[in-house]
Amino acid sequence: MSQDIIIEDNYRLPPPEKVGREPGSFTSVIQGLVFTVDHKKLGLMYIASGLLFFVIAGSLATLMRIQLMVPDNTFLPPDVYNRAFTMHGTTMVFLVGMPIIFGFANYLVPLMIGARDMAFPRMYAFGFWVFFFSGLLLYFSYLGAPGIYGAGSAPDVGWFAYSPLTSKAFSRGHSTDYWTMSLLLGGIGSVSTSINILVTIFCCRCKGMTLGKMPLFVWLNLVMVFLVILALPCLSACQIMLSLDRYLGGTFFDTQAGGSAVLWQHFFWIFGHPEVYVLIMPAFAIASEVIPVFSRKPIFGYPVMVAASISIAFLSLGVWAHHMLTIGMSALGNTFFVISTLLVAIPTGIKIFNWLGTMYGGKLRMELPMLFCIMFLFQFLVAGLTGVMLAIAPFNWQLSDSYFVVAHFHYILIGGLLFTIFAGIYYWYPKAFGRMLDKRLGMAHLVFFTIGFHVTFLPQHFLGFLGMPRRIYTYQADRGWDLWNFVSTVGVVFQAIGILFLVANLIYSYVRGKKAGNDPWDAWTLEWATTSPPQDYNFAELPEVKSRRPLWDAKHPNDPDWKHE
Amino acid sequence: MSTVTNTTSDWKLPSPRKVGILTLILAESALFTIFVVAYVFYIGKSLNPPYPHQVLEFPWLGSIALFGSSGTIIAAERCLRSGNSKSFLIWWGLTLALGIYFVFFTATEWWKLIMVDGLTIATNTFGTSFYSLVGLHLFHVLVGLVLLSAVFVAAARKKIHADHHEHVEVISYYWHFVDCIWIVVLTVVYIISVRATYE
Repeated sequence: MSQDIIIEDNYRLPPPEKVGREPGSFTSVIQGLVFTVDHKKLGLMYIASGLLFFVIAGSLATLMRIQLMVPDNTFLPPDVYNRAFTMHGTTMVFLVGMPIIFGFANYLVPLMIGARDMAFPRMYAFGFWVFFFSGLLLYFSYLGAPGIYGAGSAPDVGWFAYSPLTSKAFSRGHSTDYWTMSLLLGGIGSVSTSINILVTIFCCRCKGMTLGKMPLFVWLNLVMVFLVILALPCLSACQIMLSLDRYLGGTFFDTQAGGSAVLWQHFFWIFGHPEVYVLIMPAFAIASEVIPVFSRKPIFGYPVMVAASISIAFLSLGVWAHHMLTIGMSALGNTFFVISTLLVAIPTGIKIFNWLGTMYGGKLRMELPMLFCIMFLFQFLVAGLTGVMLAIAPFNWQLSDSYFVVAHFHYILIGGLLFTIFAGIYYWYPKAFGRMLDKRLGMAHLVFFTIGFHVTFLPQHFLGFLGMPRRIYTYQADRGWDLWNFVSTVGVVFQAIGILFLVANLIYSYVRGKKAGNDPWDAWTLEWATTSPPQDYNFAELPEVKSRRPLWDAKHPNDPDWKHE
Repeated sequence: MSTVTNTTSDWKLPSPRKVGILTLILAESALFTIFVVAYVFYIGKSLNPPYPHQVLEFPWLGSIALFGSSGTIIAAERCLRSGNSKSFLIWWGLTLALGIYFVFFTATEWWKLIMVDGLTIATNTFGTSFYSLVGLHLFHVLVGLVLLSAVFVAAARKKIHADHHEHVEVISYYWHFVDCIWIVVLTVVYIISVRATYE
């Protein structure tokens, strides 16, 4: 089918009547949210529900930090603590990270490739609602999981739910089943959304936008959805097997009947490790858009960036057992996974040097998106270095399941992913709502959150070295862990203040923010070519591109990029 | 920025339907991979009988029906493309019938396994991994049958024309995929695992 027919397919006029309801009334707003298939609206709904779950999971983390602030604390009982870290981890990965990155991808990919909509708009709405209800299902476990026996509450088996903790004998009631069903549903939603993004990128690009002229944001999201499509079904397979074990008496993970608990670990991490790269690719994607625009230079080494991303994705499929170096694999197995893990550092290092190369000699504009990205560069470097440390098998045997690991992956997911998500929010908020976010509130957010983040998580490296295991609900006073635990909890206060500034800013600027105009940052990709906020149909006339920076060409007709590329 | 009307023809991109179904097949392959690996991992590890070599018989008739249906669906597609909707209906109906026969064949096989040999999903690791892998494949066959019947009913009511060719092709891609998975299942379950020895 040729491109023009797709455009006809996707071009939809707004509905002539809002089915007899007053525009702006509560029912018509709800109706608009439920019935919409617009990629921009659904993208914002993805991000908004992700932020909602972020607040919930952040509150759970705060409760845990209060419990650990002083030794022998009795603020949370052990069973409640177990539920808190399970729900915190599961929520942050599946209900915060995934929806927010899908939200960004869905909002921006069609705009950046000059399309009017996703390839399958209704399937996109399906993906969103399935995700949303999977989240509600997970939290309904607090009410529903006890069942008629009154056993269990929210899931309490940790976010990777190691067998045999999940067997009927050790997990009574329905808590693990809520976890299983929620993740199975969420997996269906994520895969359908990913298929949609992938098809949109391959089949809906505007004229002239070859794969080599796509913005890096689009490229990296392509790599991300590819990983989702390969990795998430493995998780679904795990959940199906676990359900068979729990309900039909299967013996997959039942060691007494010849099953294997280690097999669960392998299957889970075959999903779990690519998942980490699923979460970090969008961080790279946002940094690769923000850094060039605020350095006033094209991205340094575009083809190398693409190649590095693809090789990271490829390598990430073969490193899963570095999460399992302590289970006693053969020396050959250990060596293989250590080497493959260390190899990941090469393309990742290339990326960091390319971002630095982009900034080098540029005319840096220290706006908020850029400041968040610079923080990302430093923090991600720290996270990468602790990652290399943990990849060394003997070091890993010492520190696996300690607070050092907790610190490492929070530096990845907060210092890496969350900081770039903040950068993305400051960068694209003007596009989505037509108003700039307030700079002073934003600076307060940046300062408080950065301080809070480091004060919370830097000491956790030391706690790991001092031997504190993760997932313990309390500890004795003579262990020497009280100082750093206290400091770590104090940091949470600063983070919470930072988040409050962000929420205040989002609301304040929606009403009072400075008008943004179409292109407030003097940027170069196609989303800035249309109005802010964009119309339902995105572009009145579909653009045609000749280079990687179509808006640069439009603004500088005498010296367009396509003469040099 | 220069603009362009929608009618230029020198800018061709692949069809969303085809890319979509191929991507879905990729995701499904990942799902099946895990179940196949689980089956292979548990070959020879069952603690109690029945073991594969005692109870499994090579499913000749079912396999012939399923592989044959891949041929008939290609024939149906050709007929539709050339606008011959009557023979399309016949070939498509034949595909549907072969698919239904496969389900019937598997049902009798499972009946024998459960009632005569006493092998259920809870009997041993062979039972667990066998029923989950073959059952997952059977589930995909059933989904395929729903799709095939929908097209069959529409075609019987003369609603399918040559310009629906691509819609039909997408279903045939899925059906071929289900066939390919059966090749893997046959090899792993009915050829390799029946040769495993148990103590």
